[in-house]
Amino acid sequence: MALQSLDIKQRSATTTPSPQARQTVEIAKLIDVSACIGCKACTAACIEWNDIRGDVGNCVGVYDNPVDLSADAWTVMRFTETEQNNKLEWLIRKDGCMHCADPGCLKACPAPGAIIQYSNGIVDFHQENCIGCGYCVTGCPFNVPRMSQKDNKAYKCTLCSDRVAVNQAPACAKACPTGAIQFGAKEDMKDYAEKRIADLKERGYDKAGLYDPQGVGGTHVMYVLHHADQPKLYAGLPDDPSISPLVSLWKGAAKPLATLALAGVALGSLFHYVTKGPNEVSKEIEDEIEREDERQLREEAK
Amino acid sequence: MIRDPKDLQRYNASERSNHWVVGISFILLTLSGLAFFHPAFFPLTQLFGGPVWTRIIHPYLGMLMAVSFLAMFFRFRHLNKMTPADREWLSKAKNMVDGNDHDMPEQGKYNGGQKAMFWGAALCMLLMTVSGLLIWRAWFGFDITLVRLGAVVHAAVGAAMIALIMVHVYAAIWVKGTIRAMWYGTVTRAWAKQHHRGWYRQVSGK
Repeated sequence: MALQSLDIKQRSATTTPSPQARQTVEIAKLIDVSACIGCKACTAACIEWNDIRGDVGNCVGVYDNPVDLSADAWTVMRFTETEQNNKLEWLIRKDGCMHCADPGCLKACPAPGAIIQYSNGIVDFHQENCIGCGYCVTGCPFNVPRMSQKDNKAYKCTLCSDRVAVNQAPACAKACPTGAIQFGAKEDMKDYAEKRIADLKERGYDKAGLYDPQGVGGTHVMYVLHHADQPKLYAGLPDDPSISPLVSLWKGAAKPLATLALAGVALGSLFHYVTKGPNEVSKEIEDEIEREDERQLREEAK
Repeated sequence: MIRDPKDLQRYNASERSNHWVVGISFILLTLSGLAFFHPAFFPLTQLFGGPVWTRIIHPYLGMLMAVSFLAMFFRFRHLNKMTPADREWLSKAKNMVDGNDHDMPEQGKYNGGQKAMFWGAALCMLLMTVSGLLIWRAWFGFDITLVRLGAVVHAAVGAAMIALIMVHVYAAIWVKGTIRAMWYGTVTRAWAKQHHRGWYRQVSGK
């Protein structure tokens, strides 16, 4: 176990129960999009704490920098300009792993112990067990994991599992100057969000709400959105994310059943051989050919 | 050393070698592919130098099999055209499996079952190659829906193809005197007369 102080709820490609004697509180990070000023202190804190250094990029004409998540950028700010109620709005969303209760990455992963879900809700990649197949990318409904070009391992936000394990808030939450990133027990975060939503509604955002999508069993990174009825506005945040039916089909009951079917074919063949016996060349035909040969020999002798 | 000079040649050296390349790559692909199919088979990665090497090697083995299978496909395609006699054979296949081959219609070089196997394997191989390319992340980055579809097809057709080849191998073990055709290319005249009488008459002139 990578973190002794955290118990494990699920482990990739493992069919027996994981160590789970202790109870840990379910935690969550709450990102209040309405309070974010886009300063990227969280991005810097993430880079600092996790000691990841992406290549210096180019300005692409907008504030998005880094432009996308990568093996060296586990959180990025996504900026969107939109017109709502005849007013220009600048929406800034901190993107990164949502730490789903029902994680598509973990479901898809074929390597035992490469993806761990702690009982507190954090979904963590253990790169030493990662084989580099990219199935986590295939499984993720949020398009979060990224493969490193250097080592072919998958990387993403750890929710600072190393900090959380010793009762510290994630680096991004610690660094946020406006309190837009809150961290604590998931229940407390929901209570906090309710107050924020009430405040937003009072100020004219009737559709303000909490983004905790139930299609993936809820998430351990939640958003307060001023337009909770249109998550898509926020740089394509999925409206109702869930594990793709194709991934469920791929990783569901079909495989154990197919395994049994293959065992059935093997055993069926064995017992067919034992019960029906081999299909030998008949003695009758062998004799026929022998007689033909003898006849031919006699004719040649004449 | 030829045991009997009157044995019939069924496959030449080049055909046999081609089949062996396909067979060996299939076995390696099955072992490495099953490792990622279900956790129960994950220990098979140890046969390939560990899980990461298994992930790296598997698609290249797939390419080898795709190319060698294609060569075999073009070699034997013309011998595998389905005829009414083959359909009749297939409709009576149950008797054959029960161990009674007396009422089976006369067969050429391949019987209906073998031909069905040929086309089934060819279809599987096509689907495995295309879906395999879709999920080969070391070289490609296709649209996520295509990748997901590829993953489902690769797993499902892979299992079907393993079952198909298990039947293929068992049939060769069950019908005595067959496997030697794969090793050194010849079969006895009695074997040919019993199982492929049409072909026997064609090559022996009787």
